[in-house]
Amino acid sequence: MELLKRQETWNITYTHALGETASWFYVQLRDHGKLYGKRDAKSGRVLVPPRAFSDQTLEPTTDWVEVGPGGRIETFTIVYEEFNGLPPPPYAFGYVKLDHADTAIGGFFRGVDLSNQEVAAEQLKIGTRVMTKVAEKRIGDVLDFWFEPSTD
Amino acid sequence: MSGRVGIIGIGQSAFVSRRDDASYPDLVREAVTLALNDAKMELDGIEAIVYSLSPDAMVGIGNAERLGVDAVGARNKRFLRINTGGATGISSVEAAYYHVASGACDVVMTAGADKVGECGDSQTVLNKIWDPTYERQLPLGTITMLAMSGVRYADKYGMTQADMARVVVKNRMHASKNPNAHLRKQTTIEEVMASRMISWPIKLFDCCPQSSGGAAMVLASERYIKERNLDAVWITGLGHCSETYYLGDRMGTGFTADHADAYALRNAFNRAFKMAGITDSAKQVDVAEIYAPFSNTEFHSIEAAQLAPLGASPAMLREGQFQLGGEGVVVNPSGGTLCTNAIAVTAMVRVAEIALQVWGRAGAHQVKGAKRGIASGNGGDHQFFGTMVVEA
Repeated sequence: MELLKRQETWNITYTHALGETASWFYVQLRDHGKLYGKRDAKSGRVLVPPRAFSDQTLEPTTDWVEVGPGGRIETFTIVYEEFNGLPPPPYAFGYVKLDHADTAIGGFFRGVDLSNQEVAAEQLKIGTRVMTKVAEKRIGDVLDFWFEPSTD
Repeated sequence: MSGRVGIIGIGQSAFVSRRDDASYPDLVREAVTLALNDAKMELDGIEAIVYSLSPDAMVGIGNAERLGVDAVGARNKRFLRINTGGATGISSVEAAYYHVASGACDVVMTAGADKVGECGDSQTVLNKIWDPTYERQLPLGTITMLAMSGVRYADKYGMTQADMARVVVKNRMHASKNPNAHLRKQTTIEEVMASRMISWPIKLFDCCPQSSGGAAMVLASERYIKERNLDAVWITGLGHCSETYYLGDRMGTGFTADHADAYALRNAFNRAFKMAGITDSAKQVDVAEIYAPFSNTEFHSIEAAQLAPLGASPAMLREGQFQLGGEGVVVNPSGGTLCTNAIAVTAMVRVAEIALQVWGRAGAHQVKGAKRGIASGNGGDHQFFGTMVVEA
């Protein structure tokens, strides 16, 4: 028998409040091009991205600590497949432990030729030193910054 | 309550990409009918339903359990929806177990279905599970998240892409024997290695398919089973464990759980093992159905189940372990999540498959003489882990 289908697209708009902690973090990034973490008082770990509370103790985090701009790659991937609604491939992104931070923050990697998969993966391997770069025009968002392998 | 909780009926679809002959509720009802027939029961005998449904956007129906109520015959019955992402199916079996173990009910059914093949944008849906403040802007999805686990695992223990390919070859061989599996064509290491790169180091053949189909199980109290002299297998252990949300906290300095491994899954297994009296799973378990949607994740899951020391499973697979006809514990004789992934019920199928194994009803993929099996499910951003021990 003839079997019918019906296509539908969901396009839903949200306006998310970022809260005090992320707002302060993004304002520093937007206005001064600097990144900060927040300290978990009990463990002493500097959490980046900063959160209002420790997910280990539920206690409020304490002081702000400037982190980066240098860091080391903790993990990465390079995407060669196109997914609807996600950036056109290829692109590389992953997590970087910024200097003076204890946790890693996600961001794109740029400045690496991704055409040869093995060569690119070697250039992004765990432990690689990177430098944070910030966009000239910043809006206060994760995409205001990215990482590039250090040349020094 | 006194006594154990048994499994008395199992139903699962033959999973495929699309089921254009069946709407979403039709698929749920198909599994329910199969499970009731298997249990030789009428719907009236079921006292409660635990409804297995992961993110709504995958089926494209908001709170689709509303439609599911009809398909499971839940009118006038207790009804709960469970969602722990990819772990949903095993969490649902566990919630059904709790209904019986608490003494609230004697007979409970858990059921669900998924139509992942109808969602053209599953990685877009899965990107939406990330926090909109710091992480959603990045193209995170389940593939990239677990690719990043694979990169760390390879760096820590030396896993190669050929090792990953070996998992695919094993599981496809197993799936070729399982009529309900979705990807049933056997493959070779060369073919896996030649498949296109999706998200380094995961290639197309290292990925699970987007499957459509349903699953259902009927659980009952030992008293009910004994009174009616029913055939059953027994849930002797179960566990859950969760991990905090931020991937970036599972690396850096001073972390507890390494994103390379499956730390919380190990804790979940230990909880289930303790309950079942298992002290050495590698020796005391015959078969495992562990949730691994990408080839690399089977390694850290095998290790979390302590069927191999940390980092040792790739070498053990190279030596021929974990496969049907090989040495030691057989892992994913159904072909596993790698060959079939209807997300809402995938982790339920893990439990159903070990139940069939210890029952001796697994057919061509039967592990000979299996008496004790373990199952697991993983959900969220590698956060929610459910485990179960099932025995004959």
